[in-house]
Amino acid sequence: MAIKTFDVTTVRKDFPIFETGIAYLDSANTSQRPRQVTGAMLEYFEKFNSNIHRAAYHIAEEATVRYEATREKVRDFINASSTKEIIYTRGTTEGINLVAYSWGRKHVKKGDLIVLTIIDHHSNIVPWQILAAEKGATIEYVDIDERGELRQDQFRKLLERSPKLVAFGQVSNALGTINPAVEMVAAAKAAGATVLVDGAQGAPHQGVDVRALGCDFYAFSGHKMLGPTGAGILYGRRELLEAMDPFMSGGDMIKTVRVEGTTYHDLPWKFEAGTQAIAEVIGLGAAVDYLTALGMDAVRAHEREITEYAYEALSDIEGLTMYGPPPSRRSGVVSFSLAGIHPHDLATIADRDQVCLRAGHHCAMPLMTRLGVAATARASFYVYTQKDEVDRLVGSIKEAQRIFK
Amino acid sequence: MSATADDQFYREYILDHYKNPRNYGRLENPDISHEEDNPLCGDVIGMDFRVTDGVIEDVKFHGRGCAISQASASLLTERLKGLPLEDAKKINKADVLGELGIDISPARIKCALLSLKVLKVGAYGLAGSDEDEE
Repeated sequence: MAIKTFDVTTVRKDFPIFETGIAYLDSANTSQRPRQVTGAMLEYFEKFNSNIHRAAYHIAEEATVRYEATREKVRDFINASSTKEIIYTRGTTEGINLVAYSWGRKHVKKGDLIVLTIIDHHSNIVPWQILAAEKGATIEYVDIDERGELRQDQFRKLLERSPKLVAFGQVSNALGTINPAVEMVAAAKAAGATVLVDGAQGAPHQGVDVRALGCDFYAFSGHKMLGPTGAGILYGRRELLEAMDPFMSGGDMIKTVRVEGTTYHDLPWKFEAGTQAIAEVIGLGAAVDYLTALGMDAVRAHEREITEYAYEALSDIEGLTMYGPPPSRRSGVVSFSLAGIHPHDLATIADRDQVCLRAGHHCAMPLMTRLGVAATARASFYVYTQKDEVDRLVGSIKEAQRIFK
Repeated sequence: MSATADDQFYREYILDHYKNPRNYGRLENPDISHEEDNPLCGDVIGMDFRVTDGVIEDVKFHGRGCAISQASASLLTERLKGLPLEDAKKINKADVLGELGIDISPARIKCALLSLKVLKVGAYGLAGSDEDEE
């Protein structure tokens, strides 16, 4: 079957920021947003700015309809059974915290085992560390092999100890490793664990079918998939969400409030207290439309082409070490270091050529410790990345090597 | 931008201090030893001091980091040797940035000031003062 493709030059015309001349190689951090997304948000501000779920007048109805329309778009995008399973959050971090508080505090007990991985982002480690410390639970981390891939043998051994929870990233933000998520979820479910998948780097680049994946929770962020900051999604299986207490409480998440007590709203609104990020949720809906129109297979194919190109170009550079698996098993992320040049210095030199490159620990300090480095440089790609941006990165690297020779 | 010896940021003396750091290493039985890290990047700098009669007799620094943090630490140790501890405490951000002699962007200022933080927290710790490093 022929995969649908798109023309990157045409795509770039939708992103006004490229008129500034930047080479943007930090999409794993946050993506750029097309006019379609900012336009949808601007339209809300200029034509029907009002609060949702409350007022009887026309523009408030329009705002509510557009805000709720995102839920169906996202449901379809991740193939959930129902919009009741689509909870709006501020992003992945809030989604994971919601589960750690509302599900975790109820179900995780003293002596329970939580299984995480050494390549997880801090946002999928710290909430569980806090929970484990509070409850007296234990955390074990799945290690990586020399290629930066999770050690499945060790993971299976940990599953024999019947963990209460298994949480891992679909794709590593620091190395780009695409984890065998379907197999891992199936094994964890068979071991009786509740499973959360951090989809922050998965949903934007691979897409996801949560029913095929079979996880209990799946969290991701809008701003890494062409949407604005401040809007993200937590998917949860309905029966789990029904049994959970609210995370935040206040306005809009209630049915009735009496001085004697309160009954909570139905799903999904039970988890959406207070005035929401209305424009951002509408923007996220437009981002989902944009990605759906490109086709996630085409997105993945484009990223793979760029990643292979970058992998080859960087392989030729003396003194450069790349981390993580070969391009066929990684997302659009290339993490590397240069002999004698600190990643921050490389990023400063790249910045002078308008090349936006991330340097640091990528919110994955346990992984950096495991690799024996303090920081790496990271180039990451998306639908608008073109090869000449990779060429400009190579130019910046050579410039840095000249300065530091 | 072309790379030349007179690069406005990576000046020759900065690169020299990075590649050949002065007073790099550890002291045996130091009177003060303190480490700080830069949470932005995980870089670490530590300093050991030998203090005799209130004067910094010897100082060494260790750790890993970018050219800016390493050069800044190296330059600072040169200035500290032989300086009364009370005077060392008065060294401020402007002094350190002045010594580096380059325009530091907000994103890199923590790199430039990491060694000063080590000095301040270490020195005030020995004096038993509650004063913050700021």
